Amino acid sequence: MIASGKAVLVPGTNIDTDVLYPGIYLNIDDPELMKPYLFEGLDPSLRDQLSGDTVLVVGENFGMGSSREHVPLAMKAWGVRCVIGSSFARIFYRNCINLALPAITCPQAAQAAEPGSQIAVDAATGKVVVDGQEFSALPVPPFMLEMLDRGGLISWAQYKLSQPRS
Amino acid sequence: MGYTIAEKILLNHCDADHVEPGQVVMVRCEVVLANDVTGPLAFRQMEKMGTSEVFDRSKIVMVADHFAPAKDERSAILIKRLKEWSLEHGVAFYDQGRGGIEHNLIIQEGWVVPGSVIVGGDSHTCTHGALGAFSSGLGSTDIAYSLIFGEFWEAVPGTIQITVSGEKGRFVTGKDVILAVISQIGAGGGTDNVLEFVGPGTKSLSIDERLAISNLAIEAGSETGIFPADETTAAYLDGRTETKWEAVHSDPDASYSRQLKVDFDRLEPLVAKPHNPENVVPVSEVAGMPIHQVVVGNCANGTLTDLRQAAQMVQGKRVHERTRMIVVPATQKIYREAIEEGLVDTLVEAGASISTPTCGPCFGGHTGALAPGENSITTTNRNFKGRAGSPDACVYLANAFVAAAAAVAGEIVDPAGVIS
Ligand code: SF4
Repeated sequence: MIASGKAVLVPGTNIDTDVLYPGIYLNIDDPELMKPYLFEGLDPSLRDQLSGDTVLVVGENFGMGSSREHVPLAMKAWGVRCVIGSSFARIFYRNCINLALPAITCPQAAQAAEPGSQIAVDAATGKVVVDGQEFSALPVPPFMLEMLDRGGLISWAQYKLSQPRS
Repeated sequence: MGYTIAEKILLNHCDADHVEPGQVVMVRCEVVLANDVTGPLAFRQMEKMGTSEVFDRSKIVMVADHFAPAKDERSAILIKRLKEWSLEHGVAFYDQGRGGIEHNLIIQEGWVVPGSVIVGGDSHTCTHGALGAFSSGLGSTDIAYSLIFGEFWEAVPGTIQITVSGEKGRFVTGKDVILAVISQIGAGGGTDNVLEFVGPGTKSLSIDERLAISNLAIEAGSETGIFPADETTAAYLDGRTETKWEAVHSDPDASYSRQLKVDFDRLEPLVAKPHNPENVVPVSEVAGMPIHQVVVGNCANGTLTDLRQAAQMVQGKRVHERTRMIVVPATQKIYREAIEEGLVDTLVEAGASISTPTCGPCFGGHTGALAPGENSITTTNRNFKGRAGSPDACVYLANAFVAAAAAVAGEIVDPAGVIS
């Protein structure tokens, strides 16, 4: 899967899901309606930088805490194409993969990116290009790659349901 | 090479004939759990997947706990949706007044047995490791998939083994064990790993205390925190479930990504300072910090054991005039037991407010949010910025003795200074 876009930097380590999407807004289940609350507890002005083709650049242990899928759902609804980080918390990572939002581990690229940098990522080869400079990401395991290529767990389930039951 | 308990349970629940860390397998589960926040979102994803049929209605549990009792119309709609879906599909549904906080509830009701696999649309599904199960917190799309197929994809985790030894001090509890672990490995130190608790010190830990330990495994980034089943587990399950189970243990030659020790003899009551559970210090280091709100409750420390500890602390005393004290029994059953034991009376007499079982104040959802500049000490599991109301409030995490002692003193104190 290939993704590209303009960098928006989310500074800090151990950024938790509560600051990314505060609990009080968890009674919303429509991704479009989640959009206004993304980054609410961290820095609401980050939302102003999001465009239809954004690559979020994040630090270590990004997305720790809750299983709330509101975070990647709101990111997707805003047009985030990919998240590049130094490392990811487990549930956030799998939520991204399930929603076909590539979460790419590449500390060097995350370091090199500046606000507005043009970033392109090839999840299959692990090649990350930041303003023309090339980096190699931790390879995405084959299963996760297949999930991304198929369009996430929803398409995966649709496919499985279309197969004759064994 | 032998297997760890986590690897063995996964091996028993997948089609592979060998497992090792990093390998991706499809894992069958005995229980699929969701709540009023993650359930309705999962139902939406199920619809997109193209079916409303579930794999086995006897293995699905839905619990209204996060926004129950509903704080507003939007929350009421979610709970209504959860209830209607559950009735329509014939799955177990626990409404307010009949249930409580999902994790404590399903353990109490005998849904969880050693060696089984539990998935839940909630990160604190890790709690079920306390009974020797493999339990995994998942997002709503994962839960939708599990509801349909009864399985989930899993990258086999490594295992960090923690050996607990020594004798527990007077005001030291399971909460302090896990805070000590989180401070050693850090908030991301357990990522892609489970925690496994062994050693002579685990014998002195009741199921209630193990719940707190397993519950905060996620605060170190771990998928779950497992206690291999022992006599304590067997005694707890006796009469609670008819499901047959067998204890699973790690092989002596299993390989671990890391091995740590926690020695009760050197452990004192601990406090995690704002805004990360890894900021752990001995209670003495934060003594004197003024406290505006105390919460004893949530899925880590809202058990009968915690309520007893809190009642012991405030017995015959008054909650400090600067401070509010909120006590939330984790389940309806714990609430009744606390009434029968006179704990509720003791707490109310001291000036505490008792809430119906709910997640409310734990995640800043409702009933007990903090104002800017306020400090709270709670028995909960997360002190993230804004977690409990204003982002300009501060949350300290501790065990129930320490939290209740602060309610009496109006500031953080060593519990030994409140009662001897
Ligand atoms: S009590 Fe708090 S931590 Fe536990 S399930 Fe509820 S919101 Fe989550």
